[in-house]
Amino acid sequence: MPRAKRVFDQVWPRAALVGAILLVWWAVYETGLIDPDKLPSPADVWNAFTSNLTGEDGLLPAARGSLIRLAFGLSVAVVVGTLIGFAMVASVVVQRSIGTLMTALQALPSIAWLPLAIVWFDFSERAVMFVVFIGGVPAVAIATAISIRQVPPTLTRAARTMGAKGWTLQRTVVLPACVPGYWTGLQQAWAVAWRALLAAEIIRVGAARGLGHLLESSTQDLDLSLIIAAMGVIVVIGLAIDYAFSVVDRRIRGKRGSLVPA
Amino acid sequence: MTPSRATLSIVPEPADRPVKLSVRGVRKSFTTGSGTRIAALEDVSFDVATGEFVCLIGPSGCGKSTILNLMAGLELPDEGQVLIDGRPIVEPGPDRALLFQDPALFPWLSVRQNVEYALRLTGLGPGETHDTADGWLAKVHLSAFADLQPHELSGGMRHRAALARALACQPDVLLADEPFGALDAQMREILQKELQLVWTELGNTFVFVTHNVREAVFLADRVIVLSARPGTPLEEYRISTPRPRSFEDVLVAKVVLDIHEHLAKEVERAAREEGLRPGLA
Repeated sequence: MPRAKRVFDQVWPRAALVGAILLVWWAVYETGLIDPDKLPSPADVWNAFTSNLTGEDGLLPAARGSLIRLAFGLSVAVVVGTLIGFAMVASVVVQRSIGTLMTALQALPSIAWLPLAIVWFDFSERAVMFVVFIGGVPAVAIATAISIRQVPPTLTRAARTMGAKGWTLQRTVVLPACVPGYWTGLQQAWAVAWRALLAAEIIRVGAARGLGHLLESSTQDLDLSLIIAAMGVIVVIGLAIDYAFSVVDRRIRGKRGSLVPA
Repeated sequence: MTPSRATLSIVPEPADRPVKLSVRGVRKSFTTGSGTRIAALEDVSFDVATGEFVCLIGPSGCGKSTILNLMAGLELPDEGQVLIDGRPIVEPGPDRALLFQDPALFPWLSVRQNVEYALRLTGLGPGETHDTADGWLAKVHLSAFADLQPHELSGGMRHRAALARALACQPDVLLADEPFGALDAQMREILQKELQLVWTELGNTFVFVTHNVREAVFLADRVIVLSARPGTPLEEYRISTPRPRSFEDVLVAKVVLDIHEHLAKEVERAAREEGLRPGLA
């Protein structure tokens, strides 16, 4: 299949969806069924988007603020979560204790930590980081442990009969073999962390501006167009990060012949 | 031991070759998921001479694979000993390569890198592995496919790659656990012929587990027939037909029939016994 055709096949359903949403939105707005104070027109939102892009309270600085927090909080969560995941595989005791704790934490929406975080850290950056961290760690830890446990035993057996053992076996077989599962885990963990971050920001936790803060301040100003524009930015950032993960995932799985066509 | 053995030994037994592997009074049992203990092997003893090609054959569940895993050092016997060059086998080692029904190639490495992986474990430096790996791949006719990923190969080619990787360890002993079991009949025959050629050239000691009688007789110097569970050697056939053999050889065909008959009787006996003792095994 020629490249142009492939790109087109990828793009048109998505473009059609955006078009359909805009069309329905615009039609509803034109009929006047909903009070224009409660539902701005697509054009209003577009204007709010373009005129609020930059500046101190703009969308771009807010997006930047949120992304920096995400990067920082998620990095710490990935490092700690990965180490916990390894420990869960290495020791049954850790699996039964910390492993259970990780499952328990996953059952708790990370936003539920906010009240405690605010009491402990006040409305500070540390409180935001804590919530992102506590949301990301269990996802990463569990994904790490599962991906290692799912390494096919035939591969480790083959390597052992060739004389690989101990750290060599772990480094040359177990680690490379668990990469696809681990990457899928990260893809889930970032989404958890991103949602936790925005929730914390909406409750005005953290000093610098983020997209969550912007949502909250435009609610105060009853600026619906800006609220919807900010939501749009959050969604677009989400899609972009997810796409970046998928590109790497396809590369990893494609090379191994374990790609599921989508 | 049996008349069939005497009539088939046209070439005298190579008694001068030293013993490579020795299984001495081995017992091994397993605990199933439901907690019952199942005896897989009972008092198994046999020797494999250096450079000998031995096939183990028997009804399914007779412990053939267990014997192989003991030789590989992946498992340890409950009783008795498995020796290589007179030393007990306690762990896997590069002196014994194992081939599985699943080629078990590393999917993140290219075909050549898979062979290089084995070479690196034998202590070769990073600069020396490339050409050596290509040499082994040439032996199994995979030179043109060295840069492909394993999933881009056909099933038969994957098995050849696994063979190249196993040979690259330059093991004293090759162990194979029904390596061609999942392939279609034509591909299996092609690979059996290739394996015969490669082995004739290299002459490693080979222990090959199969449930395919034709395959066993075609490849082996000696076929050991195991009983149904718990497995114990029932009978052995020495195949003296000179190599390269063909599947049409009269002698090969005759032995195949003999073993078939023997196995059928054994399966029938085991089934009857099991019928008399419901609830067991």
